[in-house]
Amino acid sequence: MVKKSKEIPDISRLRETARQVRLDIVEMLHRANSGHTGGSLSATDILVALFFAQMRLNPQDPCWPVRDRFVLSKGHAAPALYAVLSRLGFFPREELFTLRQFGSSLQGHPDSSCTPGVEVPTGSLGQGLSIANGMALAARLNGNGVRVYALLGDGEIQEGQIWEAAMSAAHYHLDNLTAILDRNRLQIDGHTAEVMSLEPVAQKWEAFGWHTLEVNGHDFPELLDALKDAEKFKGRPTMIIAHTVKGKGVSIFENQVKYHGVAPNKEEYEQALKELQAD
Amino acid sequence: MSAKESTRVEYGKALLQLGEENEDIVALDADLSGSTQTKHFAKAFPDRFFNMGVAEQDMVGTAAGLALGGKIPFASTFAMFATGRAWEQIRQSIAYAKLNVKIVASHGGISVGEDGGSHQAVEDLALMRILPNMVVLVPADGPETRAMVRWAADYQGPVYIRTGRTAFPVIFPEHHRFELGRGQILREGKDVTLAGIGLLVHHCLAAADLLAQEGVSARVLNLSCLKPLDWQLVVDSARRTGALVTAEEHMATGGLGSAVSEVLAEHYPVPLQRVGLRDIFGTSGQAELLLKHYGLMPDDIKRAAHKAMARKDSR
Repeated sequence: MVKKSKEIPDISRLRETARQVRLDIVEMLHRANSGHTGGSLSATDILVALFFAQMRLNPQDPCWPVRDRFVLSKGHAAPALYAVLSRLGFFPREELFTLRQFGSSLQGHPDSSCTPGVEVPTGSLGQGLSIANGMALAARLNGNGVRVYALLGDGEIQEGQIWEAAMSAAHYHLDNLTAILDRNRLQIDGHTAEVMSLEPVAQKWEAFGWHTLEVNGHDFPELLDALKDAEKFKGRPTMIIAHTVKGKGVSIFENQVKYHGVAPNKEEYEQALKELQAD
Repeated sequence: MSAKESTRVEYGKALLQLGEENEDIVALDADLSGSTQTKHFAKAFPDRFFNMGVAEQDMVGTAAGLALGGKIPFASTFAMFATGRAWEQIRQSIAYAKLNVKIVASHGGISVGEDGGSHQAVEDLALMRILPNMVVLVPADGPETRAMVRWAADYQGPVYIRTGRTAFPVIFPEHHRFELGRGQILREGKDVTLAGIGLLVHHCLAAADLLAQEGVSARVLNLSCLKPLDWQLVVDSARRTGALVTAEEHMATGGLGSAVSEVLAEHYPVPLQRVGLRDIFGTSGQAELLLKHYGLMPDDIKRAAHKAMARKDSR
């Protein structure tokens, strides 16, 4: 199965996929009894839009040379990426429930050496955009039409290296690169505005030379339009600022700082199942 | 002594030649392409050279991405900034990821001279040696530099090569071949072994001459492949000479001195004296003067050899 970006995406199917992915995420985290709930759920719709409707992929051949590349710079959202990859067929779904266990192919943060479909290890924040830039430069040299996508966390862009990479992507006119910012406004110690202010975030990326778009990160038509816009835009890299809700989809997790790095306990898990199954 | 060659200049030439032979070779620099000598590659292959500006962390990450895209990136800057500023990027994005990135860093050690302690990398070998998957090399002359750079381009995986600012005498033949994990006996001897890397290999050879005048026979090793270290050669030297000296332009901890200590402690304990910086940073001054000030000259190695041999005899 090769995903082609030419197909017209079925929005209701994407929503259903996202619901299934969220169910997998809460089950994985509950069973692992550790991991990052809030940021996995805020990034779910972005990942589903990318992997099910935008990127050129071949789950039967994870190393297909002309696949589009994805870097989960916010490596803490690994459960969301794993759920998406297994649903596409990169590895069996049962493996999801070995998350974070000794000997599992699913490490606490992404590790390309053991998980098919993961391009590069991430988890130490702030490094993914530079890697995506390098991939985009290589794709340009290779002339193979590969596009590169990177998902950044909003707390993550407090790292200085992100802004080094922001400069170099613009300097090298990497229009085959699209970065998406999961702007859920929370980080582990509190609101981003309290911990370390990011605003005006869109103006910052614009000022660094990026074609900058803002969307509702839970609205598939908006996400897909922005991804298409980015693909067509020439001469500059694109930053899609996706406004999201941390913990999206489960009322007790939504906008709660506590669930940044806390897995659902039994009661919370059952509540989450109830809400996601009722959707 | 024969002709002198600078390891960084020879790197620049070797990189240029590799660039002509293999279009997958790309190079990155962090605004020091004149000093690191990547400028020649930059001029010949502008589309395959990426100046990342004064941004070592981004340079290392970009090199990782280029490797993932099938390229063979050589990333260069001063050793201090490559390994110090970007250490965690090297750890996460290159060593942990086992990516095919070559970091060739110039201005290793205190022979950097006038720029002073801020620019003199005396910890880089420790920082790189501690990383799983990383190969750590310190060429002793021009032919060895060219051989290592060529080898690194063929090898699949992360490599760190430290070059120096100053020129060293040439000791290897023009078409020297590099072998991973192998050291060389540059001079045979039976009373003590002097093991060096980089510039200090030459000081070990000079020290062996001084010792010979006193009737002491010194074996001299080039342990330019610091990781993986030729531990069999170290053990063989311990067995045959009974005492060792290590010599490096680096902290006496973490680099060659530590690597050899570890091998001896685990396999064949004999007296060892480490010549290197003793818990102190570098400072400004002419290279030659600094080498004297920090006790890295042939005389210092000779004295260390006597100390090690005295301990051997008193056991």
